[in-house]
Amino acid sequence: MDTFPKAQEREALESVVIRFAGDSGDGMQLTGSQFTNTTALMGNDLATFPDFPAEIRAPAGTTYGVSGFQIHFAAHDIMTPGDEPDVLVAMNPAALKTNIGDLKERGLLIVNSGAFIKGNLKKAGYAENPLEDEAFLSQYRVIKLDIQAMTLAAVAEFELGTKNALRSKNMWTLGLVLWLFGRETKHTVAWLEQKFAKKPDIAKANVAALKAGHAYGETAELPSGIGAYEVPKAKLPAGTYRNITGNDALAWGLTAASKLSGLKLVLGSYPITPASSVLHALAKLKHFGVTTFQAEDEIAAVCAAVGASWGGALGITTTSGPGVALKGEAIGLAIMLELPLIVCDIQRGGPSTGMPTKTEQSDLLQAVYGRNGDAPMPVLAACTPGDCFFMAIEAARISVKYMTPVMLLTDGYLANGAEPWKIPAMADLEPFPVSFPTERPEGFHPYLRDPETLARPWAIPGTPGLEHRIGGLEKDFDSGNISYDPDNHHKMTKTRAAKVAGIAKDIPAAAPEVGETSGDLLVIGWGSTYGAITQAVRRARAAGKKVSQVHLRYINPLPPGLGELIAGFDKVIVPEMNNGMLSKILRSEFLVDAVGINKISGQPFKVSEIQKAIEENLA
Amino acid sequence: MSPSDPPKKLTRKDFASDQDVRWCPGCGDYAILATIQRTLPTVNADPAKTVFLSGIGCSSRFPYYMNTYGFHSIHGRAPAFATGLKLTNPELDIWIITGDGDGLSIGGNHLMHVLRRNVDVQLMLFNNRIYGLTKGQYSPTSLVGLRSPSTPKGSIDMPVVPALIALGAGARFVARSVDTLAKHLGPTLVAAREHRGASFIEILQNCPVFNDDTWAHVKSKEAGADAVLLLEHGKPMIFGKEKSKGLRLKPNSLELEVVTIGEDGITEADILVHDETNRPMAFLLAGMEPPTFPMALGVLLRDPAPAYDAAVLAQVADAQAAGEGDIDQLLNSGHTWTIE
Repeated sequence: MDTFPKAQEREALESVVIRFAGDSGDGMQLTGSQFTNTTALMGNDLATFPDFPAEIRAPAGTTYGVSGFQIHFAAHDIMTPGDEPDVLVAMNPAALKTNIGDLKERGLLIVNSGAFIKGNLKKAGYAENPLEDEAFLSQYRVIKLDIQAMTLAAVAEFELGTKNALRSKNMWTLGLVLWLFGRETKHTVAWLEQKFAKKPDIAKANVAALKAGHAYGETAELPSGIGAYEVPKAKLPAGTYRNITGNDALAWGLTAASKLSGLKLVLGSYPITPASSVLHALAKLKHFGVTTFQAEDEIAAVCAAVGASWGGALGITTTSGPGVALKGEAIGLAIMLELPLIVCDIQRGGPSTGMPTKTEQSDLLQAVYGRNGDAPMPVLAACTPGDCFFMAIEAARISVKYMTPVMLLTDGYLANGAEPWKIPAMADLEPFPVSFPTERPEGFHPYLRDPETLARPWAIPGTPGLEHRIGGLEKDFDSGNISYDPDNHHKMTKTRAAKVAGIAKDIPAAAPEVGETSGDLLVIGWGSTYGAITQAVRRARAAGKKVSQVHLRYINPLPPGLGELIAGFDKVIVPEMNNGMLSKILRSEFLVDAVGINKISGQPFKVSEIQKAIEENLA
Repeated sequence: MSPSDPPKKLTRKDFASDQDVRWCPGCGDYAILATIQRTLPTVNADPAKTVFLSGIGCSSRFPYYMNTYGFHSIHGRAPAFATGLKLTNPELDIWIITGDGDGLSIGGNHLMHVLRRNVDVQLMLFNNRIYGLTKGQYSPTSLVGLRSPSTPKGSIDMPVVPALIALGAGARFVARSVDTLAKHLGPTLVAAREHRGASFIEILQNCPVFNDDTWAHVKSKEAGADAVLLLEHGKPMIFGKEKSKGLRLKPNSLELEVVTIGEDGITEADILVHDETNRPMAFLLAGMEPPTFPMALGVLLRDPAPAYDAAVLAQVADAQAAGEGDIDQLLNSGHTWTIE
């Protein structure tokens, strides 16, 4: 049984931001995700931000090998992983060096003094041990502990050897932090016992370390000014919740789309950060009839998906920016063939290899325009981890209804970040069954269009009487045969554009997320900046400002009524994690002087940064 | 792959589309097209279940001329489209049409992987040792010294041997035939179609405009008999105008040599017998080139193994047999909590 100080002995906090930081081999992602799971089960709202290096095991002790996991949890609903941590857990000098600048003034610093040895200090670039610098330490509330020694003592009885024993130090740390915030260890104990079921000694050592950390908090006298805290449950809408990352939500949404459409899901994919876990998740769902194909390269992955689509499957490819670049020609072919295809781009820092594990929104123009020829395709963007589920279904619906490839944008922040998610029921989701033609209609040809949607028939190989030839060469509007006729090419180009533009009639009209339809300032965003923008706009409105927010989940075509909505405001700002892409599109579509608020650091926006931009643009 | 028989007996005409064929006069592709259109009815192929899928190049226009399902894709990628299609509908009889540029240059990667995975398709590589559609540049199979618009002083690239690439990739059916040898090409294609798994067929094809007579030494009636070895499973590998030449392993070596029956005490019993299941021998046969050796035509290797598509779909079927997935159950799996 865990015991806690009675409620009145704990200081109640509305919200807390904790950042766990350590070497990439220190298990910080695990520590963070375990704290997250327990916190979710305790009924707090939360948002997380894992931030790790691209190297699997960067050299130990270096600043570029530091791995971080930030969690924001609260007694109210929250939308971001928080701007500045209230609590920093630093497992070594490099972690301290790279993260201390973000810790709030008088923030709580929990530091593993055992790692502050000469070699580590040097690698982190410290000439002197900062833990001996009273002026430095006096800026914070500090719990300085030799976590390594405590861990070794806690697991001594298992005789694992020093190296293995030290692996449990993240669990000792987790135990302490769980205690500080009034959280139980039992969920992590259950998880450890399951994870190390085949290595009972390792399981026992980790549990012992976890409990020792927890007990330390309870029994040791903490430095003055540091107490025990609690964060009461948040009042969230009734329902059953789970934590979900964007990539899991995406994989499950695609699977749900397969059920709702009645189509077999065929995924062609090639491993790429930060998209690979979608492939992993789908590969486990074979019992849903899901077929996954790890192709020889990005191009083969999309080509296999297009081949699958022609055969009557829900053809999908998942990738990141460099993969989209490679797939461009095949996506253009799918546009020419007018076949369904879902391209999921989990964006990361670019150009080129860029910053694979860092988040960015810089594939937007590539998504909207990045193909040879006049090659329009619908572009959708999810705005929260849970929204990836719904936008995956929406991408599939549009793709099969309009016989067009669809690009769905998410990003590394959504992919890896988790949020509590109210679990939807399949019964509440609208099915969109697909039927393939079986009879040869009078005058059949593969480009005979539905007059309303302009979609061509999805005639699939294997159907007697519908034999036809399609390909990347321009086709005659009236027969579907190859045509180099100048007027026909003009007409076909216009038709393909009209088909995609016409989807605007089939998506929700533009409406403010927060605020009125007119005012002084409109903040337009898209994708994962949703939480930060919403909080910033709410705060500005609470301060009496006439600010509204529009958040776009459809970027091509844009939602109907957006131009009119924009016209109702004196000024428009567009916060984006790129050098100005949506702002360019809005300028070209609406001749509006949209001001870009751009952050291209591989890190998500802080609420305060957008607040500042709002204030500056209202001045 | 042998789809169920269609009700009526089809003819060559049933497999010809209404499109005008647009290859140059005298192109070897005409002969290949005619042979396929003649051959498919003889094996009761069902046009509705037959798919021709190509990349880019002269040969890749092929699907437009077949009255089956046809897919003219992008340069080099046909094997990848075919893999996705086959995983979606394994009932389809899929023919990939490619050339030496499409299949071995821009699409070399995909060719290698469709073969090593053993996807149940036929891949016909029309090898004319030149780029035709882009007007005569040298290709990966062009001989050293070939003068072309992009190699005015002669090609300096070493050419590849397509059958060796296929064998190296782990292909389990490798054959070679000639565009105008309908009586040889037809049965070779039938054998490829009957083979489960990936079948690779190199077809020596003439481009009369940019690389005329590149295979003349193999095709001409006079020289041909000495320059060609027609392989037959279980038969001694004998060739030549007089049927007097044969192949044997050079003693104490891993090389073939050409010997003459009746000379130096050589009898027919000394001649190697062709064994389609012998992969090391297939490598030796594939690498033979005139004038030292005859060119081996026919089935070099036929060694079936389970096809990729069947194995993938078996994993899916097994998983489903153990219990169909339920989305609501999936979404509610793991840690959940309820807020009243």
